[in-house]
Amino acid sequence: MTWSATARGAHQPDNTAFTQQRLPAWQPLLSASIALPLFFCAGLAFIGLGLGLYYSSNGIKELEYDYTGDSGTGNCSVCAAADQGRAPPPPCSCAWNFSLPELFQGPVYLYYELTNFYQNNRRYGVSRDDEQLSGLPSALRHPVNECAPYQLSAAGLPIAPCGAIANSLFNDSFSLWHQRLPGGLYVEVPLDRSGIAWWTDYHVKFRNPPLVNGSLALAFQGTAPPPNWRRPVYELSPDPNNTGFINQDFVVWMRTAALPTFRKLYARIRQGNYSAGLPRGAYRVNITYNYPVRAFGGHKLLIFSSISWMGGKNPFLGIAYLVVGSLCILTGFVMLIVYIRYQDQDDDDEE
Amino acid sequence: MNIEHERYLQANNKEFNSIFVYPNNTIKTSKYSVFNFLPLNLFEQFQRLANAYFLILLFLQLIPQISSLTWYTTMTPLMVVLSITAVKDAIDDLKRHQSDDRVNNLPVLLLVNGKMKEDKWMNVQVGDIIKLENNQPVTADILLLSSSEPYSLTYIETADLDGETNLKVKQAISVTSDMEDHLELLSAFNGEVRCEAPNNKLDRFSGILTYKGKNYFLDHDKLLLRGCIIRNTDWCYGLVIYTGPDTKLMQNSGKSTFKRTQIDHLMNVLVLWIFLGLGIICFVLAVGHGIWQNKKGYHFQIFLPWEKYVSSSAVSAILIFWSYFIILNTMVPISLYVSVEIIRLGNSLYINWDRKMFYAPRNTPAQARTTTLNEELGQVKYVFSDKTGTLTQNIMIFNKCSINGKLYGDTYDKDGQRVTVSEKEKVDFSYNKLADPKFSFYDKTLVEAVKKGDHWVHLFFRSLSLCHTVMSEEKVEGMLVYQAQSPDEGALVTAARNFGFVFRSRTSETVILVEMGKTRVYQLLTILDFNNVRKRMSVIVRTPEDRIMLFCKGADTIICELLHPSCSSLCDVTMEHLDDYASEGLRTLMVAYRELDEAFFQDWSKRHNEACLSLENRESRLSSIYEEVEKDLMLLGVTAIEDKLQDGVPETIIILNKAKIRLWVLTGDKQETAVNIAYSCNLFEDEMDEVFIVEGRDDETIRKELRTARNKMKPESLLDSDPINIYLTTKPKLPFEIPEEVANGNYGLIINGYSLAYALEGNLELELLRTACMCKGVICCRMTPLQKAQVVELMKRYKKVVTLAIGDGANDVSMIKAAHIGVGISGQEGVQAMLNSDFAFSQFQYLQRLLLVHGRWSYNRMCKFLSYFFYKNFTFTLVHFWYAFFNGFSAQTVYETWFITCYNLVYTSLPVLGMSLFDQIVLKTTYWTMISHVIIWGSLGFYFCMSFLLYSDGLCLAFPDVFQFLGVVRNALNQPQMLLSIILSVVLCMLPVIGYQFLKPLFWPISVDKVFDRIQECRRLPRQSPVRTKLKHSSTRRSAYAFSHKHGFGALITSGQTMKSRMSKKNTLFSKR
Repeated sequence: MTWSATARGAHQPDNTAFTQQRLPAWQPLLSASIALPLFFCAGLAFIGLGLGLYYSSNGIKELEYDYTGDSGTGNCSVCAAADQGRAPPPPCSCAWNFSLPELFQGPVYLYYELTNFYQNNRRYGVSRDDEQLSGLPSALRHPVNECAPYQLSAAGLPIAPCGAIANSLFNDSFSLWHQRLPGGLYVEVPLDRSGIAWWTDYHVKFRNPPLVNGSLALAFQGTAPPPNWRRPVYELSPDPNNTGFINQDFVVWMRTAALPTFRKLYARIRQGNYSAGLPRGAYRVNITYNYPVRAFGGHKLLIFSSISWMGGKNPFLGIAYLVVGSLCILTGFVMLIVYIRYQDQDDDDEE
Repeated sequence: MNIEHERYLQANNKEFNSIFVYPNNTIKTSKYSVFNFLPLNLFEQFQRLANAYFLILLFLQLIPQISSLTWYTTMTPLMVVLSITAVKDAIDDLKRHQSDDRVNNLPVLLLVNGKMKEDKWMNVQVGDIIKLENNQPVTADILLLSSSEPYSLTYIETADLDGETNLKVKQAISVTSDMEDHLELLSAFNGEVRCEAPNNKLDRFSGILTYKGKNYFLDHDKLLLRGCIIRNTDWCYGLVIYTGPDTKLMQNSGKSTFKRTQIDHLMNVLVLWIFLGLGIICFVLAVGHGIWQNKKGYHFQIFLPWEKYVSSSAVSAILIFWSYFIILNTMVPISLYVSVEIIRLGNSLYINWDRKMFYAPRNTPAQARTTTLNEELGQVKYVFSDKTGTLTQNIMIFNKCSINGKLYGDTYDKDGQRVTVSEKEKVDFSYNKLADPKFSFYDKTLVEAVKKGDHWVHLFFRSLSLCHTVMSEEKVEGMLVYQAQSPDEGALVTAARNFGFVFRSRTSETVILVEMGKTRVYQLLTILDFNNVRKRMSVIVRTPEDRIMLFCKGADTIICELLHPSCSSLCDVTMEHLDDYASEGLRTLMVAYRELDEAFFQDWSKRHNEACLSLENRESRLSSIYEEVEKDLMLLGVTAIEDKLQDGVPETIIILNKAKIRLWVLTGDKQETAVNIAYSCNLFEDEMDEVFIVEGRDDETIRKELRTARNKMKPESLLDSDPINIYLTTKPKLPFEIPEEVANGNYGLIINGYSLAYALEGNLELELLRTACMCKGVICCRMTPLQKAQVVELMKRYKKVVTLAIGDGANDVSMIKAAHIGVGISGQEGVQAMLNSDFAFSQFQYLQRLLLVHGRWSYNRMCKFLSYFFYKNFTFTLVHFWYAFFNGFSAQTVYETWFITCYNLVYTSLPVLGMSLFDQIVLKTTYWTMISHVIIWGSLGFYFCMSFLLYSDGLCLAFPDVFQFLGVVRNALNQPQMLLSIILSVVLCMLPVIGYQFLKPLFWPISVDKVFDRIQECRRLPRQSPVRTKLKHSSTRRSAYAFSHKHGFGALITSGQTMKSRMSKKNTLFSKR
């Protein structure tokens, strides 16, 4: 059947739920029987979750030591006094001695923490060349302008890796020694320094440029290391899987932190006798003190920490859950009272 | 550029006319061409503040020193927004191109080399002679040369020009009308025309035709305008004077003023405030940066040296100001205008689609002609309505009559009870072959009386069929079509026709009737035409029996005084009937006759002719001559015509009243008729405390009348201590706003146009406004179109409320344009009102749905949309402000660039739009349709999909510089802390809202709940209470005499033969000079 344009009703709008605005709709009516239980249930759930989070966060042990070397804070102050704004400073060593009265439950993570360090400054953050870091040979020779002033060396050679982030690579190193018996020998605790970077960064994002004649050094020929570095990037580690752009410390450093106070993973302790944690006894951390922070009022810290299912120590989340949960219940009670009062009033009115 | 001062052309002389380079008959309403579309459209779009801002931003981003975001973050949204608008503009313009093409390619008959040749409209040139046939639209503005009708009369309909559907007559001058359709004569015609330059005055034209050495004066009666339609004329020839853009139609279609809503204004203000806020935030952050650079950044230089051009922290701060200006761009709502347009378009479509606003009998759906005013509908406070065709159907129905003291028209059943309409049975008119099948009448007694041959009844109908100025057209044998000047007259003649007194045709000297099957020819001796003072018209005819009869019809107040004393008892009876009719709101006319003796008539006729030809005081001499013959009339009876209200009008008015929307009726009609309708459509009620009438003729009287009224309604408003009076005396400066005043009862106000002319001037206008706004209903009658607009303007100026004007005729156009919202009734009176309106539908009652459903929803949706929109933009952007305190005010973004690019455009646009298109204020809750679910969950899902795509290995490895965030989503979502934080934030954001939603109806139950109850109540009420009640004060409102208040065709009809000779005489006189 065909309709002529002038047929009666030809211009009648379609009778569909959409055009007539009669779409079936869910209209959540906030009656007391829904709203009040909702608040109480949410409150209880949050308090439960908050308690769990709080206690698991509390269960995490942390041991930290500020080795910046402000005067009178230990033997690192000597090194600190030596650097006095010079970058790079001469190598210097110092140590941190501590003892554990009981087992430090593992797995134990060793972090370094920097404060007042603005890795999140925009100009700092953009000063890198992701193409270069992904191993593109062309980018290796031609770093992007954002890397300036660490784009080209004084000799005019392209810097690899270029940019302010790479140039400021954290270069203190630590070794941990354990004295099992008082007066006994210090034994080096093995630090597992592999797998400290994101899997995706280490395996996908950061790539070395293609080897030239099987040599990484040749691949980097014609480039200069960043001015602060003591050795070129291909000599960061003797291990071929941990050198060049895929050096784990380098990769960790290049994943810039969001806040001016940040921790970065240095190593994990999970090998040999220490897989269960650090047994009690005296310990010493030998620190190679290279990194200057006192010039800008920064601090360097070393942290031993255990972790839980929810990651590192973070009491805030648990407390937040507790607060929100309590607020829910409180509001629920207020609403209940208000509701009952008004209910009575309405009844009175009706009578 | 030479401006045309005078048009000069010669017929059939292309070479001559081409000297003047007149445009051809092509019209162009489109704006763009293929070539200028891009630059012109972009130029227009960048005039928008937000668009221009983003253009500037784009340039800022190209400066590396301050560029804090990559170029595509702002470029992409800008491109999308620009292209959406551009596509919309292109489609609109394409439609205009198509309609232009269609009109330009219409066929027309053109006289070329002595033959008629079909050509396209656009090829018509000034000076061409064209032929138009019946029912064809006029091609250009042409000078009428000749036509098929006697005396070269040509009938036209001007509905498209001025909205009037009644026929108008044009007449060619005699010298050209003699050419008739002789093509050789027309081809040889070489008259020269000098006339005024193109202008937009529809009712004015003056020119001189020079032909064969003589001059003939031309006025607008000889000009057929483009847009008119030829009617009742087989053919006519015309000389093209104005073409295409020069035609009066096109000259009139000026740029219509763009109406803006308060929300538009609010949005612009908001955008400006946002700019200001943006500037302040950037400044604060720049200062912060300066301090940071001084205290920390300076020392941090071992790892992050300053750029060479940064000599001090102050320089750095200046640069960072602009960096933040770029970063915080998401606070400026680039997609605001586009989103608003989409929402308005959607809500307009809902109006177009609404079956509850579709009028099946005329097959017309409602139409939102302007898509930008929807939300304003929800705020309408005052409705200004036309009467005829808007409240009423403009259909006149011959309902009842009283003949010789006997009532006809009511039908009673056996028990003597009145029968309602639905039960009535139509009278069978099959005895009359010429009856109009659409006419219906229910009282059998009248037909029986006609059939019986009742003398008075016959005389009554004979008088109705003779005394009028209707034209008849009979295209098919027996199918009569009447062209009446007013619908009242048409109804009367049609009634007479159905009862067996068929007016068949007329010439200038005769009227041919078919009386009960027998054709009789009456000689038409004189028509004593209608005018507003006389309030009556008469004809004098010579019957086939050679008797001279005068038939008269007119307002009862007038005719009563002219009656012969012998009818006084009949008059008394009839007066009672008149009261009844008036109480039912019927329009009445009294019909009378008089037989004249031959000698008296001849004498009178002579004097009448003299009066006609007199040059001085012609009008007054004529009317005194008329009075000589229109006396000692014999009363025949009274007709009662029902001015049918549109369906549902009283109910709608009650509901609008309940919604606190005031209705003012602005009509050009007479006071009696208007008041009648006001009562029957419930604008006025008998229960009203008082209805004030303002009809003073000078300032002082009107002031007194207005003050007396106000004294009744609110005595304290006249005291000096009244806050408004104090306010008015202290602050006489414009613009100020008059606050709402509440009267102590239920009052109505009637004011007529004459008084209004005074009241609208000077300091009286405030008196008028204050008094009128206290009344529940206001009627302004005898209004000119200009006054209608003035009243609307007055309200807009002092009350700061949203006004709506609704009307159907050309006389309502000015008021429709003046009001915030103009609504056109696409009814009988042509399309002019509709063309100028913002919304159009065919029934007044749809106003209720338009305002209370569509308007309210649109307004609510728009408000929610704005809140939601600004909320999402602010939350998104202000995070950067907070983060600045942690990153050394370095313009570092929290989000990565692609998220910023997509946030407004992709991730959040649909939920906002979905809410603003599907939300309904039905209950105090959100309204989640399937589509809302799809959109919200879809957007969320889409975000995750996009994230995984944008952070995927392949994409990131292919463009490591562009997609830097490889693996971030995977690693972040692996963190339980991250998921727990998301849950916490969502709950924390939702709980206060839920709590508020729960507590709001308990603490503040006014808003939606009460309105909801109110609407429910309003829907219930009108069905319970009978709307039309028997009226008490009927006699005061009597005599709504049924006449149009224009001059009739009378002069034209009678002038006939004499007209021609007089015309040529006048023309020769003119040429001698």
